[in-house]
Amino acid sequence: MNDIKRILIGFWSNLVTLWLIFAHLWRHKDTVNYPEEMPYLPPRYRGRIILTRDPDGDERCVACNLCAAVCPVGCISLQKAERPEDGRWYPEWFRINFSRCIYCGFCEEACPTAAIQLTPDFELAEYDRQNMVYEKEHLLISGTGKYHDYNFYRVAGMSIAGKPKGAAESEAQPIDVKSLLP
Amino acid sequence: MATIHVDGKEYEVDGSDNLLHACLSLGLNIPYFCWHPALGSVGACRQCAVKQFKDADDTRGRLVMSCLTSATTGTYISITDPEAVAFRASVDEFLMANHPHDCPVCEEGGHCHLQDMTVMTGHSLRRYHFTKRTHLNQDLGPFINHEMNRCIACYRCDRFYREYAGGTDFGVFGAHDNVYFGRPTPGTLENEFSGNLTEVCPTGVFTDKTHSERYVRKWDMQYAPSVCMHCSLGCNVSPGERYGEIRRIENRYNGTINHYFLCDRGRFGYGYTNRKDRPRVAFIAQDGKLAQASTEDARARLGGLLRGAKHVVGIGSPRASLESNFALRELVGAENFFDGHSDAEHVLVAQAIAILRDGPVASTTLKALESGDAALVLGEDVMQTAPRAALSLRQAARGLGQKLLAQQKLQHWQAGALENLAQDHYNPIFVTATHATRLDPIATETCRAAVEDQARLGLAVAHFIDPAAPAVAGLDAATEARAQRIAECLLAAERPLVVSGTGAGSAEILQAAANVAWALHARGKTVGFFLAFPEANSFGLGLMDARPLGEALDALANGAAEVAIVVENDLFRRAPTARVEAALDKARLVVVDHQDTPTTRHAEVLLPAATVFEGDGTVVNNEGRAQRYFQVFDTAYYHPDIATTESWRWLRRLLSDVRGDGHDASTFDEVSSACAAVLPQFTAITKAAPQAKFRILGLKAARTPHRYSGRTAMRANLSVHEPRASQDADSPLAFSMEGFNGTGTDNTPADQRPGALVSYAWAPGWNSPQAWNKFQDEVGGHLRGGDPGVHLFTANTQASTTYFTHIPAAFVVDNTTPRVVALPQIFGSELLSSRAEPVASRITEAYVAMNGTLAATLSLAEHDSVAVTIAGSVLSLPVRISDALPDGIIGVPDGAPGIPRIATGAQATLKVGAAA
Repeated sequence: MNDIKRILIGFWSNLVTLWLIFAHLWRHKDTVNYPEEMPYLPPRYRGRIILTRDPDGDERCVACNLCAAVCPVGCISLQKAERPEDGRWYPEWFRINFSRCIYCGFCEEACPTAAIQLTPDFELAEYDRQNMVYEKEHLLISGTGKYHDYNFYRVAGMSIAGKPKGAAESEAQPIDVKSLLP
Repeated sequence: MATIHVDGKEYEVDGSDNLLHACLSLGLNIPYFCWHPALGSVGACRQCAVKQFKDADDTRGRLVMSCLTSATTGTYISITDPEAVAFRASVDEFLMANHPHDCPVCEEGGHCHLQDMTVMTGHSLRRYHFTKRTHLNQDLGPFINHEMNRCIACYRCDRFYREYAGGTDFGVFGAHDNVYFGRPTPGTLENEFSGNLTEVCPTGVFTDKTHSERYVRKWDMQYAPSVCMHCSLGCNVSPGERYGEIRRIENRYNGTINHYFLCDRGRFGYGYTNRKDRPRVAFIAQDGKLAQASTEDARARLGGLLRGAKHVVGIGSPRASLESNFALRELVGAENFFDGHSDAEHVLVAQAIAILRDGPVASTTLKALESGDAALVLGEDVMQTAPRAALSLRQAARGLGQKLLAQQKLQHWQAGALENLAQDHYNPIFVTATHATRLDPIATETCRAAVEDQARLGLAVAHFIDPAAPAVAGLDAATEARAQRIAECLLAAERPLVVSGTGAGSAEILQAAANVAWALHARGKTVGFFLAFPEANSFGLGLMDARPLGEALDALANGAAEVAIVVENDLFRRAPTARVEAALDKARLVVVDHQDTPTTRHAEVLLPAATVFEGDGTVVNNEGRAQRYFQVFDTAYYHPDIATTESWRWLRRLLSDVRGDGHDASTFDEVSSACAAVLPQFTAITKAAPQAKFRILGLKAARTPHRYSGRTAMRANLSVHEPRASQDADSPLAFSMEGFNGTGTDNTPADQRPGALVSYAWAPGWNSPQAWNKFQDEVGGHLRGGDPGVHLFTANTQASTTYFTHIPAAFVVDNTTPRVVALPQIFGSELLSSRAEPVASRITEAYVAMNGTLAATLSLAEHDSVAVTIAGSVLSLPVRISDALPDGIIGVPDGAPGIPRIATGAQATLKVGAAA
């Protein structure tokens, strides 16, 4: 008697399942037709890494090496150089090995100039792994990325061409050493 | 000893120390800025406040500056007291109020004492929102960057530069919170020890300009324990490498040699290793020009050359390691192994070694020089030939201040009081030289004379000290009186110093210095005897008893020998050009070197040697201390086509090719042990550092800090497939951050890192060079794992004092054919450092110096051009009038561009005529 009851319940359950699956034909779809249709990713999605420029159009990266230091897989390396015409620090070259990157976003958090940012681009597949090594020319974009206003050199005390000592935010005019006035 | 109580615990400390010194020595952390183990306490920064209690029952206590409080028995203090902690945090906040928002673009970032102390005091949020004070910077020359905004006014730079190092072109300007640390006018810092400002400054006001050009953070560099190759003192250095280039030299603490400071030649002279024109692969001569060749081709060519040759001579080098010189000696045979010094220096080095090894007084150490209280510097211009020793001598002179402090019952670390008491008073220092030296300002008496006359003075001093020493006949009354004064002064001292060296180019000077030292010894004095040698490994090469170079050149010129193997040496610096050319034109020349020199251009085969940073080796410094230097980085890691390797490895490969035994993979330990076994004078070198199989807690020692970044990207441009980390079969160091990186603790010998394996200073929470505190048995003392290096022989105190009896004749002045003296130069005289760009920019222009009398005789004025004939070549040189030069002597700067090298000590007479 119990066996017959169990068979009937099972049969019913199967019918319900079939019906539910059939009914999904008219439900709202969560999947998209990737790649024809692109999914929406929030701006703070942690995808492909870029180097941005400050609002004046100059490279933001000052080659401080903090992103490289914080990177848990050690996939960032760069070399500091100084621009002879204005004394700004910049990376002579900047390399990210995306075949090692785990997209943790630590580099963006460590960056004191908002230069390095993660973007919602995740399409990084390559046939040849060597192509996943990105140099500065592949990383540097023309815009400010997510942070529009920040310009490190307006805050920093180091003088560069066009911004002498005392011209940064919250800076007093340079001291006259020869003055004994209080 | 004293018993102090810190936070309820009882500690035994040295009662003469201050509390800060004592607590740091105990391993306790107290933040500080202005205090420095070598500079003492001034209490300028107020950062090291702790709470002191009257006794065990006092709970209220009061804040004191630990650097200005004696660690006497019955001292009760608390470092962790909330009031003290809050006080220190607010001091740090005040110091940071005007600090610029600079860390990302500051060269100090990552090894900054201010960063460390800010983390230690817990200040993390800026509350000060008003404007920040700013300063204009100065251009301080090719070595040092200046960024005054970062200053926290600790006064360390001023105290080091003016008081410790004796600089006169730097100081503090301005008033109240506007103080400015810099030069009166922008310009190159003149002091020879200016580079130490980069380490003394607790923040980024003074940074290394040579490093800034190719900057990386401290944590991103690979280091190895190394030894400076730019003079004979063997100061310990910590070179940092990134991407296959040496990026900077920092001081590596060695409590018996250089302790906290280096000279600028040693710190900024590393650029030769990064030169683009260095041979980095093998070359074979084709149609009169050297053409790149594979290692196999070069070895095949050399195998044939060496097997076919009847007579091969090997010429060693005082700038090559013991192992390289030994491997050459092994390859060509002891009878065909020749000294790489000039013949004149060969004699001098042999003389100096004989004095130190066989005489009753062994060499003192660089650190011990500082505790002398009277000194005779005989003939050696130490500031130019062995600069770091001049800094030590200055400390000996400043030692008078310590006596005055003790008289006033003040403590030895009270730097402010010391400066007020001592003012310009120094312990007596007598300086003799042919010319004005940089020690003159602190000298009690200077004597400028020809070397013979200096030697006669020295011998007379020895005679006055111990009448058993030979007397000098025919001295004038003034010299006689001066000798007596010097003798009395040295005898009155507790620890007299006798400093000399090969720099004057006179064996008689060395003998006179030995007589003085031995006479003092005979009179029961503890004498500090110090001789400077020509080059980094002159002592080691001299101990090999090689035949003089001239014999090799003769044998090559007359055809007795057909092949010459020259290792890391430029023969044109060692003998007159014509003589070297005569030899090299006949010979088939094989050169193993890391620099492109006139000698390499004559080579039939040129093999690329490793520099000190690229290989392992042992060098012997001027006191006979064998020190090991380690390979900093693997050159082939970034550039697989580079074939550079140590000379000894090349020579061992050639030996195996000649023998055909296929054993061409010698390790360092094999060569070093073979050297120790074959030459008993080197038995101790295997103990200079632990051998390759040594492990600490089962680990090799790490070459890189644990934060080392970019391992999976740094060579990804070559191939995304990462190779295995380079393996090091030659040393107990790993080319990786994987390895032992601890400072060791007092009571567990198992985790003790031998001093010879400490590559760089880092301890948890201490990223700046102040981290050396964590490696020392007591702050400013010795390394807990032992100061690196091992003496090759011990003092021969049983030796009887057999004075040198040869008395040189007095110098005869002849102004028509004056004697030329090569004036040694800190920048220029030494080959390798002069090939570094920043140092090259400091090399003096060529000139000829003479005194006013001689200039008047020739009717010459300052800057007039004069034709000078030196060693057969006529040079047109501008005149510099220096009345410090004695009559009959003219000087030309050694190593200045356009001046042929007059081997130190070689003296030629010449005619001076009016300019053509």
